[in-house]
Formats: sequence, C-alpha cells, structure tokens
Amino acid sequence: MTLTAEKKHDLLRQMYTIRAFEEMAEQLYTMGKIHGTMHLSIGMEASAVGAVAALQDDDFILSTHRGHGHCIAKNADLNLMMAEFMGKETGYCRGRGGSMHIADVDGGNLGANGVVGGGIPIAVGVGLSQKMQKTGRICLSFFGDGAANLGPFHEALNMAAIWTLPVVFVCENNQYAMSYSAKKAFAIDKISDRAAAYGMPGETVDGNDLMAVYTAVRRAVDRARDGGGPSLIESSTYRWRGHSKSDANRYRSKAEIEEWRAKDPIARFRQQLIDAGELDDQGADAIMQAASGAIDTAVEFADSSPEPDLATIEDGVYA
Amino acid sequence: MPRELTYLEAVREALQQEMRRDERVFVIGEDVGVYGGAFGVTRGMVEEFGEERIIDTPISELGIAGAITGAALTGMRPVGEIMFMDFTTLAAEQLVNQAAKIRFMFGGNATVPFVLRTPAGSGTGAAAQHSQSLENWFVHVPGLKVVMPSTPYDAKGLLVASIRDDNPVMFIENKLLYKSRGPVPEEIYTLPLSVSEVKREGRDVTIVATAIMVQRALEAARQLAEMGIEVEVVDPRTLKPLDRQPIIASVIKTGRVLIVHEACKTGGFGGELAAVIAGSEAFDFLDAPIIRLAGRDMPIPYNRTLEYHTVPQVDDIVQAARKLAEGSV
Repeated sequence: MTLTAEKKHDLLRQMYTIRAFEEMAEQLYTMGKIHGTMHLSIGMEASAVGAVAALQDDDFILSTHRGHGHCIAKNADLNLMMAEFMGKETGYCRGRGGSMHIADVDGGNLGANGVVGGGIPIAVGVGLSQKMQKTGRICLSFFGDGAANLGPFHEALNMAAIWTLPVVFVCENNQYAMSYSAKKAFAIDKISDRAAAYGMPGETVDGNDLMAVYTAVRRAVDRARDGGGPSLIESSTYRWRGHSKSDANRYRSKAEIEEWRAKDPIARFRQQLIDAGELDDQGADAIMQAASGAIDTAVEFADSSPEPDLATIEDGVYA
Repeated sequence: MPRELTYLEAVREALQQEMRRDERVFVIGEDVGVYGGAFGVTRGMVEEFGEERIIDTPISELGIAGAITGAALTGMRPVGEIMFMDFTTLAAEQLVNQAAKIRFMFGGNATVPFVLRTPAGSGTGAAAQHSQSLENWFVHVPGLKVVMPSTPYDAKGLLVASIRDDNPVMFIENKLLYKSRGPVPEEIYTLPLSVSEVKREGRDVTIVATAIMVQRALEAARQLAEMGIEVEVVDPRTLKPLDRQPIIASVIKTGRVLIVHEACKTGGFGGELAAVIAGSEAFDFLDAPIIRLAGRDMPIPYNRTLEYHTVPQVDDIVQAARKLAEGSV
C-alpha cells in the first residue's frame, strides 16, 4: 500500500490542479463566463485525490454536485472539463451537462450528480454489473453528509451489502448540508457507525490528510476487489467556500472557517513530503506552477471553442 | 390453429427467450424469484436461470431503479419489476432525474438500456394504493419511453423490442389483461416501438384507446356494428415517443374521434392525443368535438360497484361513440 515518491508528486499535482481549477472557475463565474450555479470543493482536495488514488484506472466512480475534485482526480482532461463549464460543444458533455453533470464514461467517471444522494443507488447497479460480468472492477461512490440522511443511502448500502458487491461508499463529511450542520443532522458522532447496521466495515478518517484517506480507501478497495463486499468510509473534511455561489455563510463563523483553512490539506501533504525528504520547496513550487499553467491552457481551449450548433439541440435525448 | 397464450404468459416467454439469447439480460425485483412475482409473471424462471439472473430484492423500489440504471450504464440489459405501478412513486427520483437524463446530460456519451416492467390499472378490488394508472407521469419525462401493450401478441413483441432498445423503457402491463388470451407465435419476434396500430377498421368513428381500453373499445365496436355504426380502433401501443400519423389518418377518414383511457382525465394522455389531433391536418375533417372518456379525477374506491364506475366500461364507450356517430354530441 506504499506509494512511490513519483506517485506522491503526482497526487500533490492533482491537488494543486483542483485548487487552481476551482479558483479559476470561481473567477470565470464572477466574470459571467460560467453560469448557473457552482459548488466548490476548495479545502477538500485530499479527500478526492486520496480516495481515487486507491483505485485502478479502469475502476468506476460516481460523484456529487461538488465533484470537480473527483473528476480531476479521475484523470479528466482539463480542456474538456473547462469547455464543459463554459457550455461549449467541445466539453465532456457537449455543453449539455455543465459542472454538476460532468461524466467521462470511458475514463470510468459515471457522472457528477445534481441530486443529493442520486448516485448512490446507481453505484449498486454498477457493482452488480461488475460482479455479473466478473470484470474485477470496482465502483467508488462519493456522496456528502447530507446524502447519508436520505432514503437512497440506506437502500443502496443494504443492497450492496447483502449481495457482497464491489462498491466502496465514501461519505465526504464537509460538516454542512447546505446550511444544516452535521452536528444537528445526526444523533451519532460518526457517520461511519452506520456501516454496522448494514453488516459492512466502517471507518472515519481525517479527510484533510491525503495518506489517511488513501490508506483507508485502499483497504476498502482491496477488500471489495477480493470479493469481501462494500465498506463505508467517512472522510471528515471542510469546504472553505459557501455551499454554492449564492451562499452568504450566515450559518457558520469566520473563526471556524479560519480554523479549517489552517488545516489546508495541500500545504499539509506538501510539508509531509518535504519532511520525508521526498520533495523540496523548489520541486513543490514547480509542481504548483505546472498545475496552474495547465489551467490557463484549459481556459484558452474553452474560450476558443465553438458554441453548440442549435440544429443539434435535441441530440442525445434518445439513443 | 395458431397457439394461444395469456398476456401474462406472453410477457414471461419474451423474458425467457431474450434471457436465453442474450446473457446481458437479467430480471431484478421484489419476489420475482421462487415466489414468481406478485402476479406470477416470472414463475419458474429462477429454476432455469438461477438466482444470479433472477434477482430477488429487498423492498427497495428506489434501489431497484438505481440498480437497473447503474447496470445498464455499464454493459448489462436489466429488466426491473416494480410490483405495482403505484410504487414507481418511490423510485421516481432515479427514473426521472437519473435514468431519463443521463444520456442527454452526458452529451450522448452513454446509454441506459433497461426495461422497467410494472402492472397498472384498477378492477382487482385492491383500492386506491394498488390500482393507479400513472403512465402520464412518465410520458411527461423526456428520455423515457413508455410502452403499454393491449394484447398478448403485442406484449411479447413489444417487450422483446423494449429489451433490445438502447433507452430506458417503462413497460406498463395491465393487471386485468394478464389472464386474457390470444395468438402468440412460439418463435421470438419484435414489434417496433413507436408504431401505432389500427386494431379494427371502420368508417364512422375513430376510437383511440390504450391498454385494457383497447379491448373494451373492440367489444364496444362489435356492439356498435350491430347498430350499424362502424368504429375504427387505434392503439398507440407506445405512448412516448408517439407515432401520430396512423391516429391522424384515421380521424381524417372518420371525422369523429373518441379517446379512451383508464388514467384520470385531468392531465391525462387523452389531453395530449386531443391536442395532437386538433393541431394536425385532421382538424379540418372533424365533424364533431373531440371526446375524451377517462378515469374520474379521484382515487380508486374499494367498493366493487364504485370501483367499476370510476373508469370507462364497455357501455360507456358504446354510448359515447353512438352519440358521436349520431351527431348528438
């Protein structure tokens, strides 16, 4: 389960890429180049990158409305992703999906989701299908703390457990379901305690510590691939930004946000690598700069891409 | 003499033959295994195909809808069963927000080839929560196809076609029709989706009817023929996407149209049919207003007599068609 220094550098690059992508997306939204709504995962990068790092390239993920990080961690092409954000024909979904519905089916990303909890029952079907086809591939289902109080969570975890499906459920507890605090929404301390009710292992990890996320998810992935069935991992983290672009943050204090900003998962992983002698400051800065360079290229690509042709407006409604 | 099967047996045979032909096809739902399904459609199938392909589920309708969506998205061709159409309400999020939209939202880069079978309709004395006809809820959702067969022959051919279709298909069976019999070829065959069929030719009045109302319209037509009124009966078979032309052509021929369905009248499929006809070239040929006969706007009552009078019966169709034909509407 140990990772090479090279792989760790790549994971740091992914985290910087997510941060840079989202900061750019936020800027483009303010400029009116990206419309609709947007849910940023700034502050949660270790959760996405650590979890996906535990997968093989041909495994599947199902994501959430806060899914930019998952998408990038699953090796999304940043050009296609940015073009989708701008609604362009060259985007992952030809401008039909936007940031909440990005999918890269060939790359194993079966879609972000605009409905809280919407992807969890689909993960059961993906796991079932992999088991029936004996592919050895597994499905990782991301969802938030809010989704864990919805019916689909309970139906899906139960079905995955009784059929021993190769699914890993990763609950990213970022402490708020929109404005509703997880402290108010749960009468239990750990969401992962719910795993016991379905007969699967459950574990809560520090979601701002990339290696902690990776290690826990990797254990669950190995178990799923070996036919041991599903697990529930709670990745405890925090979103620095509001729920969406219309959020005035009235439900939490500046002090709380600052407290979590001090636990920046990127700075933390970077320091871990430097302390271990696996990277120096100069090398880390180079990784960071390369990441933002890739974002600039993606913006240029998206900017210069064509709008969808109106004649194709109904394409894809039916096969 | 061609072989006859019941509508229920025709559905089962379609499932069996497709499962033998294509190993990606499997059945999943509540009590579909040893129990054989609440209405007996899948009886005996677990013996042939095993529990791996005839999958019993907990009572988790949304879970079933999610399972067929995810499996269809990744290489399988599942057939889900929701025991009563009333319970598709529990599965609606997955059907409406997920399965129906995935292909479009993903820019055409995915297909969701599943069939969701579910029995609809009243007449079994099961009262308000086991008797609804909610087809129009799904007709209103782009990305879903909605199929409602009215005969054993159609049930088999349309189900095979639905399983082979690359879209999510809501396949709505009628409980009272399960026991009806008709000729069904032994070999596997498909009937194309989105093709309306003229079930009976006539010159005086067009009746457009769905599901069991097709059978009631045909019986009404036999009675009306004795009165000298020749009724043409058109069955859309697929409600969405709708094949309009045979309906329009029939109305041009007869000049009078009666629409009959079991679901509640307000916001029902009849309103859509009426608008399609009124907005078509058939409008100039209409000799009378378009008439709709449909279920009353109320829950299905438990009492047998009340239940009977909640939805259109043969006598209601005879009377309405007769008035139309005689110009007394």
